Amino acid sequence: MKSKLKIKIDVSGLNFYYPNGTHALKGITLPIHENAVTAFIGPSGCGKTTFLRCFNRMHDLYHGNRYEGEIRMDGNNILAGDTDLMTLRSTIGMVFQKPTPFPMSIFDNIAFGLRLKGIKNKTELLGRVEKALKDTSLWDETCDRIMQSSQDLSGGQQQRLCIARAIAVEPETILFDEPCSALDPISTGRIEDLIAELKENYTIVMVTHNMQQAARVSEYTGFFMMGELIEFNKTTKIFTAPEKKLTESYITGRFG
Amino acid sequence: MNIITSRKIKSFLVLSLCVGATLLGFFWLFFILIDVIVQGVGALGPDFFFNDPAPVGMAGGGLRNALIGQLIIVLVATLIGVPVGLLGGTFIAEYCRGTSYARVIGVLSDTMVSVPSIVVGTFIYAILVKPLGHFSGWAGSVALAVIMIPVVLRTTEDMLKLVPWSLREAAFALGAPTYKVIFKVTYRGASAGILTGILLAISRIVGETAPLLFTSFNSPYFSTNMNEPMASLTVTIFQYAMGPYASWHAQAWAASLLIALFILGLTLTGRFIIRWKYGER
Amino acid sequence: MASHNNKDITGTAVYIMTAVASLSIIALILGIFYTLFVQSSLAIGKFGFFGFLFSTDWDPVRELFGAATALFGTILITFLAMVMAVPVAIGIAIFISELSPNFFKGPAGVAIELLAAIPSIVYGMWGLFTLAPIMSDYVEPALQATFGRLPVLEIFFAGTPLGIDILTASIILAIMIIPFTASISRDAFNLTPSVVKESAYGLGATKWEVIRNVVLPNARISVLGGIILSLGRAVGETMAVAFVLGGAHKISWSLLDMVSTITVTLANEFTEADTDMYLSSLYLLALILFIFSFILLAGARLFVMRSERKV
Repeated sequence: MKSKLKIKIDVSGLNFYYPNGTHALKGITLPIHENAVTAFIGPSGCGKTTFLRCFNRMHDLYHGNRYEGEIRMDGNNILAGDTDLMTLRSTIGMVFQKPTPFPMSIFDNIAFGLRLKGIKNKTELLGRVEKALKDTSLWDETCDRIMQSSQDLSGGQQQRLCIARAIAVEPETILFDEPCSALDPISTGRIEDLIAELKENYTIVMVTHNMQQAARVSEYTGFFMMGELIEFNKTTKIFTAPEKKLTESYITGRFG
Repeated sequence: MNIITSRKIKSFLVLSLCVGATLLGFFWLFFILIDVIVQGVGALGPDFFFNDPAPVGMAGGGLRNALIGQLIIVLVATLIGVPVGLLGGTFIAEYCRGTSYARVIGVLSDTMVSVPSIVVGTFIYAILVKPLGHFSGWAGSVALAVIMIPVVLRTTEDMLKLVPWSLREAAFALGAPTYKVIFKVTYRGASAGILTGILLAISRIVGETAPLLFTSFNSPYFSTNMNEPMASLTVTIFQYAMGPYASWHAQAWAASLLIALFILGLTLTGRFIIRWKYGER
Repeated sequence: MASHNNKDITGTAVYIMTAVASLSIIALILGIFYTLFVQSSLAIGKFGFFGFLFSTDWDPVRELFGAATALFGTILITFLAMVMAVPVAIGIAIFISELSPNFFKGPAGVAIELLAAIPSIVYGMWGLFTLAPIMSDYVEPALQATFGRLPVLEIFFAGTPLGIDILTASIILAIMIIPFTASISRDAFNLTPSVVKESAYGLGATKWEVIRNVVLPNARISVLGGIILSLGRAVGETMAVAFVLGGAHKISWSLLDMVSTITVTLANEFTEADTDMYLSSLYLLALILFIFSFILLAGARLFVMRSERKV
């Protein structure tokens, strides 16, 4: 596979086991390119979300999960035992399926990650919050009420707030876990545009069950099934001339 | 890097405090439980169950009178409190759900559940003891029933609300009148929950002492006459623990253990029914 | 409703019966209020409601009565118990819902609920026979040795350590309400969606930062409601403190002194009141307790309901 883009994250031989022994990821090997969108598709339960949650070691929040293999980020294996999870997670943003605003004001939501980094200066906080809101085109809609509760925003706005919260701390990589599945088509369109803009500065990994979405926004696509990576390639290649029979039947809808 | 270390230290310190609080809390609570078991188990022999109290100052004797008295008082309280609470809960869940009347009754019941029980005792004294001129088992039962009604009413309401509306519609579609739908369909759907609510309400009143102090009072004699003052384990504990005799203290511990075990049993049974009927919770 | 059909008569009868049963709650509240008011009218007539409320008299011989001493004891002991119990209870709730491994969560929750169900008289008796001697033999002399010679603080530790005092009573009360408060707080903490917690972890937050910024704010209304409920319970508690309070009608700032609470005064003196004025004054105490806890509990309930609707 040839590419002009630098490889940001290199996954090799990744296996993942849940506490009940389920072998959820089987020998996954693939590269994630810098400043590009990499999408994972596949039927539900195929392991794509499990895979995404390995990148910021979300599985470590629960007892008994087990990784094998390597995920090298800029050359360092993040699955190594001495990885500092807090540092790792502050360099990787994550946006979830449903909007997850914290029970506080819009400002405090975005300032949350900044304050964790030790930024206390009010002017600096305000500046960075404003920038994050502008980058997610939320500023015009919310500039007069950023001190009010984030619970009053619409679903689409809440999701963009969560993206703003993730980019405010200037991570290198952003993970999206089906970010539009709870949104209406118009909000979905805005989030997709946003993702396209964000890739100028960030490496983006997203999981989606919507194949059109993967085709629209991503450069690379991986197709998962039953915990295995069936095929990984440039998105145009996957959707026009897949190499594997399984991939072809999935994307043409002849499945199951 | 430095700020991360200090944040981690802070997190560790605060969470250690939580662990400390848990250890402290559980230490006292298990201290009490174990103490009650150790001190109470000795006097909990056949004498305790089958004998009445020995004359004051003499060793021996048991608390048969208080045990039976308590059972009668609680049973009668349940017979009064459960139907009233059950029907009241039915009214606000089935006939006027979502109305402001239902909300008002809900708030008032929640408030009544936590009203100091000794106040209920003074109330019953004023309306049932003073006019009749003597303490009685009936007065004790009514006082406990007053405490029970709001508890049963609220759990009944909650449990009836869990029954899906479609079930009622299916019954209405067969032409059944409202009261038949309630008795034959809704009650059946909510039976396990309501039963649990009743068990919890009983466990609540079994341990009550304050409302009995001025109503059923106490009596050293065995009696099943509800028109007379009637002994109960809880009031006996109060009297015996304050008394000067070691044998009284031992029996008070034994009575405490018995009540605690009874309540533990009721609560566990209630949980078991809920788990068996509604799955893991 | 007014039909002559048999079925309709049964239906109407059921409707009326259930309606009357639901009215019983209102009838009880009004009945309690009215009865206590009527019974206490003698005392209200003589002392005036507010005169009674603020008078420190309690002299059955001269028939002079006031609520201030009992009110003082009630408020002081409740306050001390809450100060001791709430942090511990919230610590326990955080531990069970956020820190402990999964296999521990269920049993710990059951244990807390069972402990909350143990009747208060058991706590009271344990306090009298086990805690009071420990307090008088070890804890209180140590406290006196430590704080008793310091200026200002010595006021709180004056007197002879008997174990039958304010400090012991508040500790028992605190131990009694811990499981109750912890159980409510734990239920509230468990309502925080795990995905919101995950997004805070995703930003690199520590466990405490997640609890502090996400879990606690999410649960604050329910926890506050639970704390007020515990407060109501502590204010109205009789048997847990009746054994270890002595029942002396006075205002004392020493934690090693005996005082009385409204509930203990009622429990000790109600059946011994030999004059009408004495009995009527006790009824007035009961009325004050009833009104106070009613306002507290109903207020907490309305507050929680209103806040829930807003969110």
